[in-house]
Amino acid sequence: MTAATTDLCSNEVILNQWHPIAVVNEVREGVVGETTLLGCCVNFSAAAGADAVAWRSVPGIRAGDSFDTSLVNESLPVLVQYGYVWSSLGEPPAQLFELPEYAEPDRRNIHAATIGVACSAPRAVENFLDMGHFPFVHTGILGIEPHTEVLEYEVDIDDKNEIWATECVFYQPMAATTSEGGQMTDYVYRVPHPYCVLLYKSCPLDPTRMDVIGLFVRSVAADHIEASMFLSVIDGESTDSEIKRFQQTIFAQDKPILENQHPKLLPLDPRFETPIRADNVAITYRRWLSELGVTYGVIPAA
Amino acid sequence: MSDDWMNLWHPVATTGDLPHRHTFHGKLLGRELAVWRADDDFVNVWENRCLHRGVRLSIGINDGRELQCQYHGWRYANRTAGCTYIPAHPADAPAQTICNRTFPAIERYGLVWSGEDPLGEVPGFAVLDDGAAFGLRSISVNASAELTIAHLAEYEFQPVGHFDGAAATMTADARSELSVTLTSHAHEAASTAVFYVQPVDADVSVIRGVLSETPADGDQIVTLRHHSTELARLRERIEADAASRPAPTPMVATIEQVPRSLSAVAETPSGRKADYRVVVARKWETAERVAGFELESIGNPLPTYQPGAHIDVHLPNGLIRQYSLTNGPGEGSVYRIGVKLEPGSRGGSSCLHETVREGDVLAISAPRNNFPLRRDSVKTILVAGGIGVTPLLAMAQTLARDGLDYKLHYFAQTDDHLAFAPVLDRLGDGVVRHLGLSPDDTGSTLTQLLAEYDGAYHVYVCGPGPMLEATRDIAADAGWPDDAVHFEYFKNTTEIDDSSTFEISLARSALTLDVPGGKTILEVLRDNGVPMPSSCEQGACGTCSVNVLEGEPDHQDVHLNKSEKAAGNRIMTCVSRAKSARLVLDI
Repeated sequence: MTAATTDLCSNEVILNQWHPIAVVNEVREGVVGETTLLGCCVNFSAAAGADAVAWRSVPGIRAGDSFDTSLVNESLPVLVQYGYVWSSLGEPPAQLFELPEYAEPDRRNIHAATIGVACSAPRAVENFLDMGHFPFVHTGILGIEPHTEVLEYEVDIDDKNEIWATECVFYQPMAATTSEGGQMTDYVYRVPHPYCVLLYKSCPLDPTRMDVIGLFVRSVAADHIEASMFLSVIDGESTDSEIKRFQQTIFAQDKPILENQHPKLLPLDPRFETPIRADNVAITYRRWLSELGVTYGVIPAA
Repeated sequence: MSDDWMNLWHPVATTGDLPHRHTFHGKLLGRELAVWRADDDFVNVWENRCLHRGVRLSIGINDGRELQCQYHGWRYANRTAGCTYIPAHPADAPAQTICNRTFPAIERYGLVWSGEDPLGEVPGFAVLDDGAAFGLRSISVNASAELTIAHLAEYEFQPVGHFDGAAATMTADARSELSVTLTSHAHEAASTAVFYVQPVDADVSVIRGVLSETPADGDQIVTLRHHSTELARLRERIEADAASRPAPTPMVATIEQVPRSLSAVAETPSGRKADYRVVVARKWETAERVAGFELESIGNPLPTYQPGAHIDVHLPNGLIRQYSLTNGPGEGSVYRIGVKLEPGSRGGSSCLHETVREGDVLAISAPRNNFPLRRDSVKTILVAGGIGVTPLLAMAQTLARDGLDYKLHYFAQTDDHLAFAPVLDRLGDGVVRHLGLSPDDTGSTLTQLLAEYDGAYHVYVCGPGPMLEATRDIAADAGWPDDAVHFEYFKNTTEIDDSSTFEISLARSALTLDVPGGKTILEVLRDNGVPMPSSCEQGACGTCSVNVLEGEPDHQDVHLNKSEKAAGNRIMTCVSRAKSARLVLDI
């Protein structure tokens, strides 16, 4: 695929968000780590027994160097939440979006993988919100022909300005690692952040509760991302590796599709692509990005 | 780049780039192309982008008749690039306006020629004869087309059969902006070749070379190798030259916007339009009293159709009749219809049988689909009575192609009454013939066929009125829900009572109109300049349906089923009226 551009982000709406810069256990005490966020090189580390620190890269300090707090003059905001280290290049809100399930004692919170994709963050979020592709891209796992119909569902924006798609139902031959045989699976989708998306789906082991799957996207550049897959599930049977492998298989099926979308940036003008009723939540997401003033990773509407 | 390149024909692929059911990823003037050959040998050159979410169609599936997008399974028809199926909404027929951008294509000299907006003919090269020409291996160069053609003029090669001899002398015989004709002379032998440069992008071009004569079998490989070696050397020189110059600005291919109508709701055609002129290319007796017609377009290619679709045929005597298309998927070069000579014909079928001949020109409408086929069914039962087989033939071929579980039950008097026998033969086990059954036996056969209902089963029925009624009743008794039973009437035999008077109020245009006795809602709408599509105008086809927001419709159509009629939220404006004093319509 084409190399990612390294354009620096100048869109304040995006600069002012929290972005996942590392998985918590990637931050090694006393050793400098490195990543790219919105075209900017960012380093992170932690002193022994202390919280993670992040800073814009400065000459002379590289990944793998030993870390000493005196090296950093000006640090970036840092938040450790849901198993990830979050940072920001602007002025982030006091809190990250809420995810109360994370604290429920009988849930397993798992980081499944971080995967690089040559696409924009909104294209990845929109794909995560989409049920119609299950039979064609996740054949035999999340969907199977001829069960292709996307039934009407509800889309709403709540008072915290988060998008919710509810009453989503789709036929699934193998809904999760614990599923056997086909079933109509219920989904709820939630977009609390321009580049983060959550999915609640019926838990095969406990019909009264929902498993949570999250996609937390870090934009390396406008057209290149590293996406982290997060799970908070009720599952006493599967091993961590089984759960991770399932999620990685799903994402590996999405990756070639995402890398073959043209243009890579998400067009916000409704006349650029042809939406159908099944795309109700994607239509709302595009309009919501426009209204938030997001210009990075998208082609703004004229 | 010169502006007129937009109006030139350029090679975009070689014939060898299009093997059976492959989709080739091409690029011309900065625009990506999906190039594919259908089983009928038609070469399609399309914008390389699914209209839905922009996924490259070059990673899609060429099934020989249609190209299917990998992402959501949208299907696009051979020739027209019109969308024929959207799996997320299996009960809906895609809007006629969902059509990908196509570019013209012509095959000549072993190359596929296309262009943004080419004028005139594909470049003819006096030295090339389509039958004798021999294509060299194409070679891609990281340099502009201008630079590549400038260097190509100095390309040197040896004549066929003298690759190791003394260096040849070269003559440049002809030159155009993007092509050069070169002849190599040595040992009293000569070989002539034409080289055309395809501008891929500002900094990439492809050299497409064609020898004027095909070498003898034993010389072909060595000829290809000679040119590959020499052209690779030339490429090194061109790329070294390009590296010393500033990089050109990349070309930007504009992506056409989708029609405004598609960014919101589907557009509906208005009125009874006969937009296409067709010639009767073939007329034959396909069964007793049934004539088959093959209609070929004059001028514009025929538009996209879907299984279940019908067309209006405007007859020489002024009558308009609806006929279902029998075509399988991707057979868009002609439309095939079957016409039964009705004993009580009012001049429709008798005109087609007796007056219309091969070579005659008819006017037809674009296809409409009020009988769409779901393809998310676990089991599909198609029930055909006599000539009612026509839309079901299109459906059966689609289901067979998709590998879905179906059976076409064809009820007819005798073997001689079975229409389109070659299609039935191709469908093989998919067709069950029921011959010479009495109405009672037909009923008991239907009872057997419909004995079992399970979720995601669907039945489609088309045939004479009494058989349709019987099938609907039997299905209902066996527990089939209304929305699993799909039917299409040929005609409405209900006696229409148009004596009532009432008022209609149009919610979107804020108009209130009176419908007097003797006039239909459709006529009143049209008299007042409200555009409405229609087709059969007798309450059978469903084209003029509108949603009812308030009031009680007086249904006189045969299109809606019992529960749809009871729901009272749709009305066929060509025949149905109001029981209440006022109807509020969603138009």
